[in-house]
Amino acid sequence: MTVLTGEDFRQFVIAMAGAITDNAERLTTLDSAIGDGDHGANMKRGFDAVVGDIDVLAEKSFAEATKAAGLKLVMTVGGASGPLVGTFFMTLGKELPEGIDRKSLAAAFATATAAVAARGKSERGQKTLLDVLYPLHAAIAAGADAAGMARAAQAAAEATIPVKATRGRASFLGDRSIGHMDPGSASVALLADAAARVWAART
Amino acid sequence: MNVGIVIVSHSPLVAEGAAQMVRQMVGDEVPLAWCGGDPSGGLGTDVESIQQAIERAWSEAGVAVLVDLGGAETNSEMAIEFIGEPRASRIRICNAPIVEGAIMAATEASGGASLGAVVATAEELSPQ
Repeated sequence: MTVLTGEDFRQFVIAMAGAITDNAERLTTLDSAIGDGDHGANMKRGFDAVVGDIDVLAEKSFAEATKAAGLKLVMTVGGASGPLVGTFFMTLGKELPEGIDRKSLAAAFATATAAVAARGKSERGQKTLLDVLYPLHAAIAAGADAAGMARAAQAAAEATIPVKATRGRASFLGDRSIGHMDPGSASVALLADAAARVWAART
Repeated sequence: MNVGIVIVSHSPLVAEGAAQMVRQMVGDEVPLAWCGGDPSGGLGTDVESIQQAIERAWSEAGVAVLVDLGGAETNSEMAIEFIGEPRASRIRICNAPIVEGAIMAATEASGGASLGAVVATAEELSPQ
């Protein structure tokens, strides 16, 4: 069992925000193909805002900090991704116990994923971030190590390429959404990779 | 008191324009507010601005919210949750085209109709 602190949260946030910043242009390019071309800028604005609050957040418990970061994302991302990604972290923060083990992490992750599905009135297979969240949950529950979690998330993001979007802005394009990676899935894969690295260093 | 109307668009120009049409065609008897744009002023929607717009148009009879694309709806749902009960259950998002929906909803509201009737009138514009 691992007890994570607000200072650990700082490391997670810095890594995740860095991954979004480094890839903001790529995310926006992906979104320009099948969405409205603002996903990279929106996610960057949200994570920059969380980084801006990091000294205050790091004084909270890990769970409380996660919840507060989710709220910040809801308020600052601006696109449909804000409520979705924000709801994920808000719910994860509500569900995480103080001492985190594989089982409690998997359970909290499952509840947070279900909350995103409810918020977006969406399900798996519609070319949304859920297409990465569900396989990532499966990897966590199955006992994958940090690198395995990151690989599962990246593979799941790549698997959205041939899918036809039936939810979100890309669904307006119908068949023309086929052949492009879902930007929300790409973001979640980046966040998962960054978080997995911090997790591996910490545990 | 008449039901209030809130217009939430990705574009502040669309939201303001729709509100202007409501004012001209329906008049001043309906509490009306609009918002549009993301937190940096680009195209998008912003939960906090939506909450504030609902506050400005607040009526004890309730508020009908007109939205354009997906994020406007999701962010409006989030804003309503943050406003919380007991008011949240008196705020409804209409499944209706934003401009026509706002005008039809405001017309219905200006006659003193209930929130349910206002929402139903706007939603008649959407194919079932």
